[in-house]
Amino acid sequence: MASLDDLKKRITSVKSTQKITKAMKMVAAAKLKKAQENAEKGRPYSEKMNNIILNLSNGISDKENAPKLLAGTGQDKVHLCVVLTSDRGLCGGFNSNIIKKAKAYFSKMASEGKNFKIITVGSKGNDQLKRQYNDKIVERISFKDSKNVNFFDAEKVSKMIIESFQKNEFDVCTIFYNKFKNVITQIPQAQQIIPLKSSDTKKEDEKDNYEFEPEEDEILGNLLPKNISTQIFKAMLENSASEQGSRMSAMDNATRNAGEMVDKLTIQYNRSRQAAITKELIEIISGAESL
Amino acid sequence: MSEEFKLEIVNPEKSFLSKEDVAEVLVPAYEGDMGILKDHISIISFLKPGILKVFSKSGEDKYYVEDGIIEFKDNTLSILTSSIFNLDKIDRSYVSQSLSETEKLLSKEDLDDQSRFLISQKIDVLKSISSN
Repeated sequence: MASLDDLKKRITSVKSTQKITKAMKMVAAAKLKKAQENAEKGRPYSEKMNNIILNLSNGISDKENAPKLLAGTGQDKVHLCVVLTSDRGLCGGFNSNIIKKAKAYFSKMASEGKNFKIITVGSKGNDQLKRQYNDKIVERISFKDSKNVNFFDAEKVSKMIIESFQKNEFDVCTIFYNKFKNVITQIPQAQQIIPLKSSDTKKEDEKDNYEFEPEEDEILGNLLPKNISTQIFKAMLENSASEQGSRMSAMDNATRNAGEMVDKLTIQYNRSRQAAITKELIEIISGAESL
Repeated sequence: MSEEFKLEIVNPEKSFLSKEDVAEVLVPAYEGDMGILKDHISIISFLKPGILKVFSKSGEDKYYVEDGIIEFKDNTLSILTSSIFNLDKIDRSYVSQSLSETEKLLSKEDLDDQSRFLISQKIDVLKSISSN
């Protein structure tokens, strides 16, 4: 059995850990509120953008000559995966969930004999993926320096993607991120951005008649790169809200566990203290009796 | 009958402006300035750098936009833009800095006609702002 002194030390160390996790939980809660607000504010833009693109792609008459960003290269050989993770740890299963989703996708690609390339955004994803897929990672991006999620960062990523697409370096592009549902649930998502999936295309009879100025093709050519930035920006916003939410619940759990541990250790400490006292008493009494 | 319609200007980060009582909006569309009144036909177009004017009951507001897409449908005008500034509150130092950066871009050789046109547009507008 551990000595009284050892137990005392352990109790203090658990208590100070608890203080840290408690503080981190508070910080995450404050940041979560802001991140959630930002994610909600950013939604109208990406929704409107999506609507306009849907209307445009419905209006386009010549599907064969549609811009490649919309229609794709017609091939399905090389996949580009953009894995968006956080730069900091201690946020529960947040990063691992994205990585798990991405790894499942990678092994599917590999079993189908397709080639893939990886771009990691955020250093934690890079840390987890480089062990297994180091030769596949073509770019590592980290926005450790920028305090908040901003549109310029998203534009940087999308520019890189578009340039590489124009050089015919890949055919399909998918982004991986966590969608924020609520504080305890974040859903890892895989979203294909090139070519654009029009899964929720409106039915023909709902088609709106629009006037286009200039021509559809030209607008689309201008709009599609912007849409990619927007989608990435949206993913980054969702991700940052998810990260804070995940961290908050992880730290909450840690604080509670530490509390339970302190209780248990305190009981143990008291018991052994009493045992020591009883032992001393017995010694004194039996010493007096023998006289 | 009222001659007013709804205007929404959205940034990637937030909703920039939302107004219900707009009488006319003058937008710097790619193929020339365009005035939009109530019951305009549904239209999609994109913007070049320029001055966006909003006329409403409360007066006239001017904004400087660098790019964007507009959509008019069911008497709602949506403007999606990543950079928009109220002309009354615009930062002078930002204007001059952006002007010198854009001029540098123009001196590059490998520009296509479209971006050259957009850049020179931007320079013209920035110059007119800074001279006011």
